[in-house]
Amino acid sequence: MAPGQAPAARVAADFVESRLALAGLTVLALVLLGALLAHLIAPQNPYDLAQLDVLDARLAPGAQSSDGRMRYWLGTDDQGRDVLSGILYGLRTSLGVGVSSTLAAAAIGVALGLISGYRRGRIDALVMRLVDIQLSFPAILIALVLLAALGQGIGKTIAALIAVQWAYYARTARAAALVESVKEYIEAARGLALPAWRIALAHLLPNCLPPVIVIATVQIAAAIALEATLSYLGVGVPVTEPSLGLLIKSGFDYMLAGDYWISVFPGVALVITIVSINLVGDRLRDVMNPQLRR
Amino acid sequence: MLLFVLRRLLQSIVVLLAVSGLVFAGVYAIGNPVDILISPQADQAEIARTVAALKLDRPLWEQYLAFLQHAATGDLGRSFVFDAPAIGLILERLPATLELAASATLIAVGLGIPLGLWAGIRSGSLAGKAILAGSILGFSLPTFWAGLMLILVFSVELGWLPAGGRGPTQSLFGVPVSFLSWDGLAHLVLPALNLALFKLALVIRLTRAGAREALTQDYVKFARAKGLSEARVIGVHVLKNILIPVVTVVGLEFGSLVAFAVVTETIFAWPGTGKLLIDSIGVLDRPVIVAYLLVAVTLFILINLLVDVLYSILDPRVRMAQAGG
Amino acid sequence: MAAPVLSIENLRTRFFTKRGVVRAVDGVSFAVTRGQVLGIVGESGSGKSTVGFSIMGLIDPPGRIVGGAIRLDGRDLRQLTPAEWRRVRGRRIAMIFQDPMMTLNPVLRIDTQMIEAITAHERVPRATARDRAREALGRVGIGAPDERLAAYPHELSGGMRQRVAIAIALLHRPEVIIADEPTTALDVTLQGQILAEMQTLARDSGAALVWITHDLSVVAVLANDVCVMYAGKVVEQGTVDNVLDRPLHPYTRGLIASVPSRHPPGRPLPQIPGMMPSLMQLPLGCAFRDRCTRASDTCRSDPPLYSLDERRVRCFHPHVEEDEAASASERAEEAP
Repeated sequence: MAPGQAPAARVAADFVESRLALAGLTVLALVLLGALLAHLIAPQNPYDLAQLDVLDARLAPGAQSSDGRMRYWLGTDDQGRDVLSGILYGLRTSLGVGVSSTLAAAAIGVALGLISGYRRGRIDALVMRLVDIQLSFPAILIALVLLAALGQGIGKTIAALIAVQWAYYARTARAAALVESVKEYIEAARGLALPAWRIALAHLLPNCLPPVIVIATVQIAAAIALEATLSYLGVGVPVTEPSLGLLIKSGFDYMLAGDYWISVFPGVALVITIVSINLVGDRLRDVMNPQLRR
Repeated sequence: MLLFVLRRLLQSIVVLLAVSGLVFAGVYAIGNPVDILISPQADQAEIARTVAALKLDRPLWEQYLAFLQHAATGDLGRSFVFDAPAIGLILERLPATLELAASATLIAVGLGIPLGLWAGIRSGSLAGKAILAGSILGFSLPTFWAGLMLILVFSVELGWLPAGGRGPTQSLFGVPVSFLSWDGLAHLVLPALNLALFKLALVIRLTRAGAREALTQDYVKFARAKGLSEARVIGVHVLKNILIPVVTVVGLEFGSLVAFAVVTETIFAWPGTGKLLIDSIGVLDRPVIVAYLLVAVTLFILINLLVDVLYSILDPRVRMAQAGG
Repeated sequence: MAAPVLSIENLRTRFFTKRGVVRAVDGVSFAVTRGQVLGIVGESGSGKSTVGFSIMGLIDPPGRIVGGAIRLDGRDLRQLTPAEWRRVRGRRIAMIFQDPMMTLNPVLRIDTQMIEAITAHERVPRATARDRAREALGRVGIGAPDERLAAYPHELSGGMRQRVAIAIALLHRPEVIIADEPTTALDVTLQGQILAEMQTLARDSGAALVWITHDLSVVAVLANDVCVMYAGKVVEQGTVDNVLDRPLHPYTRGLIASVPSRHPPGRPLPQIPGMMPSLMQLPLGCAFRDRCTRASDTCRSDPPLYSLDERRVRCFHPHVEEDEAASASERAEEAP
């Protein structure tokens, strides 16, 4: 490794050495594209009731629509909705909830962690006790209870996901801040009486970013999986904006009757999304953390 | 040792108090406790009676004390739906959940350690790589989705195993269990496997990493230099060193198994506490939710305590450190 | 002279890593007889430890012995099946490792680790094995052996642990003991003690001792013969008296000059300049040439190991009297 090479370039160069990770990244890009462009590429708008035809309900994959205008490549659900279109729109909800909750949790967690690590003392003790207690309970339980109290809804689901995730970032950012804040240049910055927020932003934040990015990547996958689980259990997103989890739930009864596609294809989309994010995340962790390399 | 257990016990009680405070805050401070704890169908007299009993007309700290007092005596309110004490409903279904979680642990450890050892020792072989790939997939499969696929394959398509419900139960030391009959076992297999999948992937990863690390250690080389058979080197020298972290993690993860049983029980209609929780959330049977939460929290704290003690028994170095300090 | 109990012939061990092939041991030959001590000297990375592990048959992948013979009482161990070689390990050839903190399994009691070493080779009742373990601890000077047997490794000091490892090595009265820097990790006062004890134990049991070290002063007091290794090859070998008193190879000379005790105090300690080259990218010719003051263009070709002045040396420009030097370098060039 040539010294002086920019870290981002080095990470990118190392990253592409793994074909598996590269494949994951490619698939992930396709998934993201599909979700973002759902309204352009989906054969129908699955939530425009005018476009649905009840006569087309529960058609097998590859069936022709009754008016002969389109083919349902992945079949239709009980309301005659094209499963492929449902998946593309569902991906949008799933990814939206997963990404936004992760970003918000990272922002909140990192801010609290930096304050803890920089200020120390009582704030630190309080925040870290909270982190310890929260991390000793499974995320799904906390999210379930929160949603049971708050009720269904996209915003509420995001809030619950933020609540279960922030602690990871707080702990990571604090550890990085603790290491960094005793270094001489921080002491010098303190000596100059620079405001704490400037020191935190300019000096501490960049140092805790690599581990935070790694955690965030893996956490997006975890958040998507958790959201799908909560929605499947009926406490997550509402039926008006179904995510993949809710699509799977809606097809469960028909699956037992043999119409597998209503549940299975959204599930496959979910698994592909999660696996590709995890592949990218695993590789990122390897290349950003040289100590872990073997 | 005794001192250590006592200290951990004290810590546990502090955590329990803190969590009970949070639950109390959730129930009392955020929502209106009258709405949460009293059935919507209750008449005025009933409401008045409950308000008096729970001291809802008193200052907040008195309410908290009353809440603690009730909780300590096992009174966590009555279920609106079943019209029975909430705590009783939970405890009644606890054995089913624990049986499921214990079976899942057994599967995760029983399959995970041999597979992980194989993947660690023969990490270059095809089987080793396949096991690793499988464990990565196991991490990525959401539990509920894996459960659905198990049902689709083994119940719907192949018709080998029942899709849901708990089979007949027998009493073992006064606890109803289902693994004593073939039918009960058949009902147990799929949900237990489903619940185990994630932990199985975890155990494989831990064991694999542990085996790879141990194999590079001098003590393994020295064991070989003594002329020990490969079986003894792997089965005793390597395994015993791996067991410590694996047992610790599996123990700590038992709590999360109980939590994830919520998902598995819902999919497989397994009559445990998790399904009760989801059903209760569906009909807003809040006393049951509160009761579940406190029972689960107590369970987690107990598990953490047990694991700490077990860990110190397993690892002679930790035992030493505690005797010294 | 008695037939050697262990003789190594042209041993070659390589590590096939992703970045290239490491020639850790490249054509090493030596022999030891019972009751004799052979010192193998070299700095870290010279391949001296790999020689020890090769003799034990304990080279882990990606390493492999690619050539040569390891003869124990005339029988080539490389021809044995893995199971047969296992029965030699610990019974006929034993090994003691460098770091006593790492060689005993931290989660197994001492008695477990000693008894298994006995029962791996002999069918004896546990109680008998335990008695023998207790005796063995006594032999290496460990008091209260019953207490020690029930202990875990972390409850013992470093010196005590190394004594346990020595006791384990001696359990089956092996014909050959390989000691890989067994005193390096210990306190100076302990080093001398262990050294003396090892010498006595080996002499009493009549075992041949192969002592691997970077420390020439240890070899001087302990060994009969010495092999000096550099970059996977033997550069000089012979009796300790010959090699240490009249070193021929510039590397051996450099090593001797940098031993502090042989040096007048107050003056800077001479050091061999430079570093040993990576075994993966060895230069053509003599591997020592870049650090050598006597190097010439001749050294760009591989120097052979040839006999000179009652020992073997691998150098075109050995430190001999000037008139001899010319003929020596002539002879070296003629050698195959």
